[in-house]
Amino acid sequence: MERDTHFVTGVYEDEDVLLQAITQVRSSGIKIHEVYSPYPVHGIDDYLGYKRSKLPIAAFLFGLLGTTLALTMQFYMMKFDWPMIIGGKDYGAFPDFIPVTFELTVLLASFGMVGVFMVSTNLKPWAQPRIFDLRITDDKHVMAIDIANNSAMELAKIEEILKSSGASEVNKKSFE
Amino acid sequence: MQVTSSVREPLVTGGKSYHDVTHDVSRHVEAKPNIRWFLAFLTSAGVLALGSIAVVATVWEGIGMWGLNKTVGWAWDITNFVWWVGIGHAGTLISAVLLLFRQKWRTSINRAAEAMTIFAVICAAMFPVLHMGRPWLGAYWALPLPNVFGSLWVNFNSPLLWDVFAISTYFSVSLVFWYIGLIPDFATIRDRATGLRKIIYGALSFGWDGAAKSWSRYESVSLILAGLATPLVLSVHTIVSFDFATSVIPGWHTTIFPPYFVAGAIFSGFAMVLTLMIVTRKVYKLEDYITMGHIELMNIVIIITGSIVGIAYITEFFIAWYSGVEAEQYAFINRATGPYWWAYWSMMTCNVISPQLFWFKKIRTSIVATFALSIVVNIGMWFERFVIIVTSLHRDYLPSSWAMFYPTWADVGVYLFTFGLFFTLFFLFAKFFPVINMAEVKSVLKSSSDKVHK
Repeated sequence: MERDTHFVTGVYEDEDVLLQAITQVRSSGIKIHEVYSPYPVHGIDDYLGYKRSKLPIAAFLFGLLGTTLALTMQFYMMKFDWPMIIGGKDYGAFPDFIPVTFELTVLLASFGMVGVFMVSTNLKPWAQPRIFDLRITDDKHVMAIDIANNSAMELAKIEEILKSSGASEVNKKSFE
Repeated sequence: MQVTSSVREPLVTGGKSYHDVTHDVSRHVEAKPNIRWFLAFLTSAGVLALGSIAVVATVWEGIGMWGLNKTVGWAWDITNFVWWVGIGHAGTLISAVLLLFRQKWRTSINRAAEAMTIFAVICAAMFPVLHMGRPWLGAYWALPLPNVFGSLWVNFNSPLLWDVFAISTYFSVSLVFWYIGLIPDFATIRDRATGLRKIIYGALSFGWDGAAKSWSRYESVSLILAGLATPLVLSVHTIVSFDFATSVIPGWHTTIFPPYFVAGAIFSGFAMVLTLMIVTRKVYKLEDYITMGHIELMNIVIIITGSIVGIAYITEFFIAWYSGVEAEQYAFINRATGPYWWAYWSMMTCNVISPQLFWFKKIRTSIVATFALSIVVNIGMWFERFVIIVTSLHRDYLPSSWAMFYPTWADVGVYLFTFGLFFTLFFLFAKFFPVINMAEVKSVLKSSSDKVHK
């Protein structure tokens, strides 16, 4: 049985206990696989040592693409491909192109960023997530520790550290 | 730990735990629909079916079915369009602007308000589509598509075209924003379910696992979407107002329109949110999540935006007089004292006087008064658009072509159709989707529920 166990999980009831536990577990030399929560816990990235998300950069680049495409399209169509005098304005009536440019910038920035988010987080209708505990989406925080990544430490020792850090339960979990 | 001052009203009452939040919201999705839901759903589906007769007649016979004439070329269609788009402004305002301002009370109402936004925009879109007369060719008129005229493009100088881009961008960004928020809650329902429901909500939840990394990205995405949606929500009604403001019709050609329309949109949107939420919280017993505090805050938004709208009406009148332009002056005198005086004074009563009643704490903390006034506000906002559109058009430059507008049964039917559509979609949402954003309510529970104040 022991060989089938791939993860040890600590179940926490409270977000502040969880944050202290992350510090304690990491300082004792255990590598945390991931922490799962029912809601976004404020500041957890810093405790886990995660870098800031690069999604804002993706949004900016997609927005830039939207601006460029919108302006290129409107100038091409209105000034070069089929020029017409409308309301006595210049063919390339730049101020008139701002509303559509703004909308396409927002559209591409939003959709581009959300697309990157879906791909990077592996969100898709047929995705089969690893569910460490069904209560993660209800009211429990779960810290998962991959045993293979912590082979230097004995299993019993890991469990003991989790318990002492405030976990209300310590379980074993393996996946196919 | 986040600390909230103890003088603040708790956002969640009843001493709820995290599990209570999950249970109180999910149980409505899990329970079999009851007889009251079926009655409500079938009534709105019936109105939808009845109204669709008018839609079919309009498409089959053409827009001659409507009461338009050569003087009043725009009437109920554009009135209803602007009215629905305005209603569709509260959802994204609540979820985006209030997120940027860190207003935690948004968490229990943002889901339903955004759903309302999306459904209202769908209803709004019906009118320009039907007004095309031959909607199956509409894509060539509304989108820059290559065509047989090799290629005669759409007119990017026209505010009507800007509207196409504004409304469709607003709709799609709001839809994405709403859906991103739904993913973790669908996962909650998935993890409580078995059998078919587990498969359906499993697919809807896109394999959400609740990992810290996923939450971190989720929060980035929410924040940036909020940052993008905030100017977007302001731009949409601004561009809708350009439809009028860039013309040279007296009564329409005013620079005050964009801010005035945006304030009016938020005003009517919050009124509709209140109408729907007061019923939803009662039927679903969600009084601990949508508290009197929430209702009061929304009523305060209504006082502010209602007052902005009132000042805009008076400013418009003043500027018409001060401009010295006779046509402009006549347009406004005609609004207040001409044959449509009743529409003007309905608008003034409903929009300027009635929201001022909310200055009384007794009235803004009364469910019955809030519900009644929220409906009054939306009647007033419908009249506002009717007054702006029809009374500015019906007496044009030649007295020989002065006319009145009388709606036909098809005008009424198409309007009923959108009501049926709106409520059918809302009842489906209320049954099959979690009506409160569980994950976001949980994230403020520790700092803002009444437990922490004990």
